[in-house]
Amino acid sequence: MNAKYRRLFITIIIILTLGLATKLILMALEDNIVYFYTPNDLIEKFGDTTNIQNKIRIGGLVLESSIKKEGEITIFMITDRKKEVKVVFKGPLPDLFREGQGIVAEGMFQNNNFIASEVLAKHDENYMPPEVADALKKNNVWKGDSN
Amino acid sequence: MFDWLANPNRFNKITEKIQPYILLIAITTLISGLYFGLFDSPKDYQQGDAVRIMYVHVPSAWLASFLYFSLAISCVFYLVWKHPLADLVSSSIAPIGALFSALTLVTGSLWGKPMWGTWWVWDARLTSMLVLFFFYLGYILLSNAFERKIDGSKTASVLAIVGLINLPIVKFSVDWWHTLHQPASIIKIGGPSIDDKMLLPLMLMIFALSFFSLYMIILNVKTKLIEKKCEALLLKSNLEEISKIG
Repeated sequence: MNAKYRRLFITIIIILTLGLATKLILMALEDNIVYFYTPNDLIEKFGDTTNIQNKIRIGGLVLESSIKKEGEITIFMITDRKKEVKVVFKGPLPDLFREGQGIVAEGMFQNNNFIASEVLAKHDENYMPPEVADALKKNNVWKGDSN
Repeated sequence: MFDWLANPNRFNKITEKIQPYILLIAITTLISGLYFGLFDSPKDYQQGDAVRIMYVHVPSAWLASFLYFSLAISCVFYLVWKHPLADLVSSSIAPIGALFSALTLVTGSLWGKPMWGTWWVWDARLTSMLVLFFFYLGYILLSNAFERKIDGSKTASVLAIVGLINLPIVKFSVDWWHTLHQPASIIKIGGPSIDDKMLLPLMLMIFALSFFSLYMIILNVKTKLIEKKCEALLLKSNLEEISKIG
């Protein structure tokens, strides 16, 4: 084998080895990489919300007609259409916050209530003009807000 | 075959002919892309006018990734085939890729504040994009950090190839993990989930920035070739001077 192909061979081996190493590291660190858990993830992973002592992020949709406002405090449910979590949040909400919107809340559990310190809106991958969105809603083929 | 392509004289001759066309395509697509993107495309039903940031953000992100791939491949050619032109190409790509990854981070941040409610989060997509930016910077710094140019080129090339691992992480981070960043809209199963009227300026801008990058890379390579020629001439005249005195 001449020198060129030996160098090429070594380069390919190095890339493959590093790739494998990176994959293993990412798998080991999965809990730290995941930006949020859905309510169903939480139950599967921790069993009961009383087991969660640390700061955590929950993501899901704002459950329809679950938003209650008491002064500065907003109470609503986050759902992944399997399980729900009650969220209590004090402070300004992002503009996109509304029923059916995907959001991510950061905070801690207190007696099965999630006390959020921050609420972020999660945008989905659908981009369309308002007329198209209205037409889709009218014809009942709306698939948006699924995140 | 690579020797044929990598001949500096041939490179100069070929690029001399195609360079004006590349610039022409870049300028026309940029103007039409910006016109459609800023004036003649609809607002988004949720984002309003903020959707227009996408016409810079998405092409920048694609180019940042694609240019890094080209950079790393060119580094493989340099390390394996040891052709000096490959090193010139890599070092010509690096600053442009760094520019686009910085632009991606900045425009993303500007969009994130009104839409998500935050400038920055440490989710997998944003973090891996930042890492890509650091790989570009690392490559540029490392290739200039040595007394002998060739040492810098070799070390930096190894770094660039290591950074190749990060590219699939950037692309698939939104599918592999829950992230705040939205998943892919254009290249996905079931076709793009983006309105045609928005897809048009987006595609035009992708063409514009691609041809702009190509033009800048050719220009950089040519400049570096001339620099090298100057250095060689200077060295030669110095040697002649010394031999006269001696």
